[in-house]
Amino acid sequence: MAKSIEVTDLDIYYGDFLAVEGVSMRIPARSVTALIGPSGCGKSSFLRSLNRMHEVVPGARVRGTVAVDGQSLYDAAVDPVEVRRQIGMVFQRPNPFPTMSIYHNVLAGMRLNNRRIPRAEADDVVERSLRGANLWEEVKDRLNKPGKDLSGGQQQRLCIARAIAVRPQVLLMDEPCSALDPISTSAIEALIDELRRDYTIVIVTHNMQQAARVSQDTAFFNLAAAGGPGRLVEMNPTRQVFASPDNPDTEAYVSGRFG
Amino acid sequence: MSTDVWAGTARRRLADHAFAGTTRSAGLVILLALVGVVVFLTGEGLPALTAGAVDLRGHGNLVAYLWPLLFGTVLAAALAMLIAAPLSIGVALATSHFAPRPVGRAIGYAVDLLAAIPSVVYGLWGIGVLGPWLVPIYQWLGEHLSWLPFFSGPVSATGRTILTAAVVLAIMVLPIVTAIAREIFTQTPTLQEEAALALGATRWEMVRLAVLPHARAGLVSAVMLGLGRALGETMAVAMVLSATGVVTLDLTSSTNPSTIAANIALNFPESSGLAVNALIASGLVLFALTLAVNVAARAVVASRARSLGR
Repeated sequence: MAKSIEVTDLDIYYGDFLAVEGVSMRIPARSVTALIGPSGCGKSSFLRSLNRMHEVVPGARVRGTVAVDGQSLYDAAVDPVEVRRQIGMVFQRPNPFPTMSIYHNVLAGMRLNNRRIPRAEADDVVERSLRGANLWEEVKDRLNKPGKDLSGGQQQRLCIARAIAVRPQVLLMDEPCSALDPISTSAIEALIDELRRDYTIVIVTHNMQQAARVSQDTAFFNLAAAGGPGRLVEMNPTRQVFASPDNPDTEAYVSGRFG
Repeated sequence: MSTDVWAGTARRRLADHAFAGTTRSAGLVILLALVGVVVFLTGEGLPALTAGAVDLRGHGNLVAYLWPLLFGTVLAAALAMLIAAPLSIGVALATSHFAPRPVGRAIGYAVDLLAAIPSVVYGLWGIGVLGPWLVPIYQWLGEHLSWLPFFSGPVSATGRTILTAAVVLAIMVLPIVTAIAREIFTQTPTLQEEAALALGATRWEMVRLAVLPHARAGLVSAVMLGLGRALGETMAVAMVLSATGVVTLDLTSSTNPSTIAANIALNFPESSGLAVNALIASGLVLFALTLAVNVAARAVVASRARSLGR
């Protein structure tokens, strides 16, 4: 189920503006890859290009290739809707559907794929996904309550449950803890570590301790120059990036000397 | 540390008081106007309770006089909303979420322009263009669907029927309902839309998952506002509708119920004495009806907002 991602010479444009230039990297399967770097360096754009979510912005396009287990995402014959069904995403702020119950939030993605799910199967999916997101014990008695009634951290785990309910190949996380308190954050981090057994995870984070705690590999992005496009500076095993990075800019960033 | 440093700093700020006074009196003016309308309508309408057949255009008492008018008003407005509501919501969705941005904007301007057309012009167009256009359709309906009470006939030869009036009304309320619906649709949080898209929703599925649930309460109030407008519209209906004051569900015949507003406009110039009071009483009924519609719309929005926890 989990798959590796091969990115080759990827340029990301918004209209004529080149936001990210020349990124090549291999993201291993069943592992957490963290993307770090200063604001505006294109790491979020890059993350969104991995499931074609950046195309939501009019005029956004890419050059280069992104391949999941050898299958290119940007072939003319590939439907972005299908790509997003295979590659799930969790956002900065928890975004459960406010009018839906916890139960129906978890099933929202499944319902898109096939309208009629037998009740027993739906119950199984809900329990499996909520257990997978470490939320089952907290909500099993109030599955019919609105998702909005949960705390911020619980809502974010509900969103993770919603994303894994459709058994994606890859899970993308865009600063999933930036709106959460430290206790909720550590709950999510523990969850990410468990999810790694089944999913390929790519996480954007501004928190370098978090990158060090949860990831196996870390990619450092930086701007080529002020106003210039973002570039991948270095990608290495996380331990190496934080202990003895190849690039002096990486060293300066992870040691807190800039950014 | 003493608290003396703050002492004597309490001050009445003149600008604050002037501003508060201005806004307060602006609010009061609205209330006074409303109360004035109610007092006028009630005071002038009550004497009509004693009016007889001479003043009530052949009806024995006020209720018998008002009932067909109320029926016609509600029927015309309800038909208009039946046409306008889906059309407006469709146009609003097209311009906010489906059409390419320049196209959507152009359609938006065109719809706004509809609001700038005077209702007299709509009336003329209804008589001169729309009515004759619809006659063949009415004839077809009369031939094939005459078993339905709505098309039992005989079919109007001029097309000046309550259905034509409803179509004109629908076009007239289209801009306001579309504008509000569009505004609500574009206010859908991006985060919600992205949540749906990231799950692999198509554009339409995204609308169903994120946009419509977010918009539901607003759409109710948009449609109610349009309904209020359709209930009160006078000139276009007065011109288009060939009214005989009957109570019938037949939508395409030449005998049609009149509406309260059109009836007042058509009969006021030639009325005197208690006949005027009767017209004003009908105005009170219309006022109560639109008030009820607005209150209902508010109640729906409020209960919806509560259930969303906002």
